[in-house]
Amino acid sequence: MTTASIVGGSGYAGGELLRLLLGHPQIEVTQITSRQYAGKFVYSTHPNLRGSTRLKFTTVDELAPCDVLFLALPHGEASTQIERFSGLAGRIIDLSADFRLKDLDLYREWYGLDHPAPEWLSRFVYGLPELHRADLQNAKYASGVGCNATAVNLALWPLATRNLIDHAVVEVKVGSSEGGNAFSLATHHPERSGCVRSFAPTGHRHQAEMLQELGAFDLYFSATAIELVRGVLCTAHVFLKDDLAEKDVWGIYREAYGSERFVRLVKDRQGVYRYPEPKLLAGTNYCDVGFEKDPRSNRLVVISAIDNLMKGAAGSAVQSMNVMMGWPEDEGLGFMGLHPV
Amino acid sequence: MAVVSCPECGANVEIPGDAIVGEIIVCPECGVELEVTGLDPAAVTLAAEVEEDWGE
Repeated sequence: MTTASIVGGSGYAGGELLRLLLGHPQIEVTQITSRQYAGKFVYSTHPNLRGSTRLKFTTVDELAPCDVLFLALPHGEASTQIERFSGLAGRIIDLSADFRLKDLDLYREWYGLDHPAPEWLSRFVYGLPELHRADLQNAKYASGVGCNATAVNLALWPLATRNLIDHAVVEVKVGSSEGGNAFSLATHHPERSGCVRSFAPTGHRHQAEMLQELGAFDLYFSATAIELVRGVLCTAHVFLKDDLAEKDVWGIYREAYGSERFVRLVKDRQGVYRYPEPKLLAGTNYCDVGFEKDPRSNRLVVISAIDNLMKGAAGSAVQSMNVMMGWPEDEGLGFMGLHPV
Repeated sequence: MAVVSCPECGANVEIPGDAIVGEIIVCPECGVELEVTGLDPAAVTLAAEVEEDWGE
């Protein structure tokens, strides 16, 4: 068995990662750390895992060598300790934003500080297998992905890579788990419940990952938190350089994703779920993508949906590990979702 | 067995040899229902469907 440990495993992404790794046929989870909960059973924080493991949280100082080390620390912490972590494991997958961006200026612009370990940026591959599979196959280090960025990147990548986009106006509707498990007055139930909250009309940090992965076109991004725990629904208004028929768009997306295990094209003329719906994806590693061309303009509306904790975090991390290790890409990621839910 | 192009997504759709005009077949790629409108040459159109309108 391949041994894996999780650093910073008390958060939602860490818990989701542990759930996936406990069910992974090639992995034995040896340690999971938490400063706050050291000494306590992991099910005290992740109650869905009761009976699945007898693991207790340890401190990060007790961390022993392993084969694959997952970092699920708050942003900014992995990059300050990466030298130590790299001495503990041959492969590292960092779910935080610390090693996602390759350009130091882009990092400084969006994160407001100089990168603490700039020499490490080029060693990490951006952990979205659909875009970086070949690089991941030879990688020792992979970054995580931003959840909103993943919904947008997978929605627009087939068009962007063919240089078809003039500009795009993109809105995501997101669930509360994107905010993590730290609480505040803003997350207090009487304040949060029922809200449709514009929390980042402009300037969301994940936009940097979109710029990096999608390239040069004007992209205007906004994010709205809605009454949902898990899930992201991306609605991208893409203004094409040249007019395309829907049939052409079908061909482009089929070519891009026809053989992808975790990207599904969802565009039905009948039925209840005609376009991507985040509710159906809870707990799965899928990204569903659909589209509709406005017959009166060059606007193509592309819709995508993911579970932010899965394809937008832990699921992509495990998928990246599978690619790095040469295992079937869907090992440990076979959950198909629930309906009704 | 004739092959036609799906008017919705452009995929190749096989028309069964025993199909009749008016028969409904399903595109294997996009799942849209297609009505067979001709056999020689083979032709299909999008099948009629019930529209929804949530804008009232």
